[in-house]
Amino acid sequence: MGEKTVGEKRERYQNRIEILQGTLDLLILQTLQWGPQHGYGISVAIRNRSGELLQVDTGSLYPALHRLEKQKWIKAEWRISENKQRAKFYQLTAAGKKQLTRERSKWSQLSDAIAGVLQPEE
Amino acid sequence: MRWMDGLFGKRKREKELEEEVRSHLKLSAQERVERGVDEGEATSAARREFGNVELVKETTRDAWGWGFLDRLAQDLRFGLRMIVKSPGFAAVAILTLALGIGANTVLFSVVNAVLLNPLPYPDPDQLVTLAESKPNFDSGSISFPNFRDWRKDNRTFSMMGISRSYSYSLTGRGEAEQVDAEFVSSDYLTLLGVKPVIGRLFEEGEDEIGASPIVLIGEGFWNRKFGAARDISGQGLTLDGRTFTIVGVVPASFKLQVGSFRASDVYAPIGQWTNPLLPNRAAGLGFHGVGRLRPSVTIQQARADMKRVTGALTAAYPDADTGIGATLMPLKEQMVGHVRPLLLVLLAAVGFVLLIACVNVANLLMARSTGRTREFAVRAALGADRARIVRQLLTESTVLALAGGGLGLFLAASGTEVALRNLPSALPRANEIGLDFRVLLFTMAVSLLCGILFGLVPALRISRPNLQETLKEGGRGSGGGKHRAQGVFVVAEMALALVLLIAAGLMIRSLSALWSVNPGFDSHNVLSFGVALAPSPKDTSPDAIRAKLREVQSRLASTPGVKAASLSWGALPLAGDDEDLFYLEGQPKPASANDMSWAISYVVQEDYLKVMGIPLQRGRFLAAQDNERSPHVIVIDDFFARKFFGDQDPVGKRVILDNKGGVAEIVGVVGHVKQWGLDSDDKQSLRAQLYFPFMQLPDAAMEPSSWSGTGVLVRFEGNAQAVAAAIRSGLRQMSGEQVMYGVQTMEDVIAETLATRRVSMIVLGVFAALALGLASIGIYGVISYLVGQRTHEIGVRIALGAKQSDVIGLVLREGMKMTAIGVVLGLITAAGLTRLMANLLFGVSATDPLTFAGVAVVLTLVATTACYVPARRAMRVDPIVALRYE
Repeated sequence: MGEKTVGEKRERYQNRIEILQGTLDLLILQTLQWGPQHGYGISVAIRNRSGELLQVDTGSLYPALHRLEKQKWIKAEWRISENKQRAKFYQLTAAGKKQLTRERSKWSQLSDAIAGVLQPEE
Repeated sequence: MRWMDGLFGKRKREKELEEEVRSHLKLSAQERVERGVDEGEATSAARREFGNVELVKETTRDAWGWGFLDRLAQDLRFGLRMIVKSPGFAAVAILTLALGIGANTVLFSVVNAVLLNPLPYPDPDQLVTLAESKPNFDSGSISFPNFRDWRKDNRTFSMMGISRSYSYSLTGRGEAEQVDAEFVSSDYLTLLGVKPVIGRLFEEGEDEIGASPIVLIGEGFWNRKFGAARDISGQGLTLDGRTFTIVGVVPASFKLQVGSFRASDVYAPIGQWTNPLLPNRAAGLGFHGVGRLRPSVTIQQARADMKRVTGALTAAYPDADTGIGATLMPLKEQMVGHVRPLLLVLLAAVGFVLLIACVNVANLLMARSTGRTREFAVRAALGADRARIVRQLLTESTVLALAGGGLGLFLAASGTEVALRNLPSALPRANEIGLDFRVLLFTMAVSLLCGILFGLVPALRISRPNLQETLKEGGRGSGGGKHRAQGVFVVAEMALALVLLIAAGLMIRSLSALWSVNPGFDSHNVLSFGVALAPSPKDTSPDAIRAKLREVQSRLASTPGVKAASLSWGALPLAGDDEDLFYLEGQPKPASANDMSWAISYVVQEDYLKVMGIPLQRGRFLAAQDNERSPHVIVIDDFFARKFFGDQDPVGKRVILDNKGGVAEIVGVVGHVKQWGLDSDDKQSLRAQLYFPFMQLPDAAMEPSSWSGTGVLVRFEGNAQAVAAAIRSGLRQMSGEQVMYGVQTMEDVIAETLATRRVSMIVLGVFAALALGLASIGIYGVISYLVGQRTHEIGVRIALGAKQSDVIGLVLREGMKMTAIGVVLGLITAAGLTRLMANLLFGVSATDPLTFAGVAVVLTLVATTACYVPARRAMRVDPIVALRYE
């Protein structure tokens, strides 16, 4: 029984990349740049735009959303979705937009640095 | 904690989270349905994908962080847990605080009721007291004719009244007794807002001389004598042998005490007083007044108005009213003004006790914090910020303080009653003292303040740990800073305790100085009381009355246990005064009474000197043959002799007494008696005294209608109560209607005049002892702690050959340094503060060097003793153990 569970888990995560600590905020803010979205929508958007590669765990997504809301980078509002569902929509604030810029430049520095390290020496 | 949740929207957020999760699941399922998945399958797939709902919610909740109240609740829980975990420490801290806060609550409830609360009468700010000012005397009594003109002519008062206390012989209702009575003008009770329980108050004109005899009775008297019968109005009451008609009942809630006025059993209109001098404009007769100002009239306006009124009276009646004015004072000021300095001194003192208690608890917290330095370093390392740690420590100390406050309140509630029973009966408004909303607020505020006060310093100190040091050190010590703070605490405690000790010391010195003042008479074994003759004698001639009084005197003198007895009228040393106007023979007769001299007048019998033990200095004292048929004689005191006769021998000289029958020859000189009190007699201007033979009182004074009784003084041996009982039964054998009342020893009379000072001495003494105890515990605790901290060092010293005396010296030096600084600071503070209690002192200056030095020595000795115990422990440190301990 236990073995089976472990096996299932392994299978589930086989083709997916775990999101790096700290990058989830960047992904959420970036997703919301295209317009207000609810939690489920955000996770779908990230999955789709990453070619199904990035799977956002709800146990990480919701704490992150609530944390970002507390930091006033995003704000929330209850609305009716396209398919007539009441849902909590998140939206970027002005401070959130600035934060997104900061996070993006930090990310590009980091990826440049990592790319530099990984580049085969010539 | 439900209410807290509601308070900051946690429940709402909880619901939103719930809904957010549900909408996620629905959206996810719906999308699957749109892709063609079967609905049941879609729902469970969405759920599978979402994962553990509760876990997600839990981690999301964490992101909310802690709200203010959340954190408070957490801190409170933590604080309570800390108290439960170290019950010994908590008990000591809470008890110390409870004592401090409780004592403050008691004293504040007294200050609150006496000084702060408004008087319990309607519009109390409009009430003033009235007196007639004479050339040398501000608060003299108002004559009835003058009062009637004041009432008629003023424009600033809505009502005005006067009163005078009296004692009636009540007969015809059970055993004969003396009842306390007040003669009042018709408006007196109305202007104080008294609402009769039954019947009515007096109406205009009913206080005139010759009006029909009516009375009001007090509710207590009504219960006692009439069983609270509803049909009381119209019933008769026999007072001094006359029948009065009862018109109403005054409620027991009316408890006014001002000047000589006391809420009484019986109130009669002034006109019912049978004193023949009542219509005399120059006769004061002990009337004092209260008035109600018209709305929005200030006391200054009223004073100006009364100046106009009295000025007109002086012009109209120059004989009687020359130099007469009116003295107005707010009623509250008149009632409580004299106790304000005393209460404020005591409040300051009790504040000091609380400060010491706080310092002690701070000290305890500090010592305890050693063990916790590591705890807080760990917390800080784990990311708690400093504000958070300070807040938590403050919450802990506040929890302690509130617990102390609660216990203190409980102590105060039971302690106030005990304190009140021991307070001087002279304390005004004592019946209004109790715990009210303001007192509770005060206690609450004081407790919170204490919590912050004694919690802040240790909190700031521990919360600034040097992480590396502390963690590395393995929790041992944390630098010298903390020791310095504890040193400061001890110094402060010593200084505060010293100030209190000095205050108490000064009071003790004052009181012992007062006790050693010679009052001019021997107060031991002297009994003073009144005797009311039967109110309706068959023969009312003056000679018959004199015969009756002689019989009373001889009856008293032959009572077992009585060594000598004298009837006494007029002044009684330290208790009541009475004056006579006179001028010396040979001088021209003064134009008006205002130009005559005053002397305190004692009307007594031949054995008076023996009863009171007053020394005879010249000539002879009054004798039995100085009676109604012999020429008038008087005896004077040495002050009278010096003032009016200088170096001449006064014996054989004659004076003219204005209203005691004219010329009287001086036959002797006796020692001066401190009539005005042990402390203030020397400061009075009216000090000359004369003794007049009782039987030579004019016939008019022997009318049974003009007075209802006489004072008596006896010298006794044995037990005062037994002698009083023997006298009482002897008098009753003479006549069942004869009453003995107002029994007290002269020692009690003297003690009563010192009551205020004695109480302040006792209270200050208790506070000072408490302060000394707390401060000793404080210094003992700190020195013990320091010895504990330095065990290692001391061990090394001993191992290196230090002698035991060196070790003791080392520890004692530490304690002495703190004590010395504290003593110096305390002396300076005391020198500044004791001036505030100067008017409570007698025969000792507010900066009495002997008291200051003596108290400093005592405190130093006590502190040394407190240090000696830990010092001896240090001496016995075993170097092997001390070194291995590391």
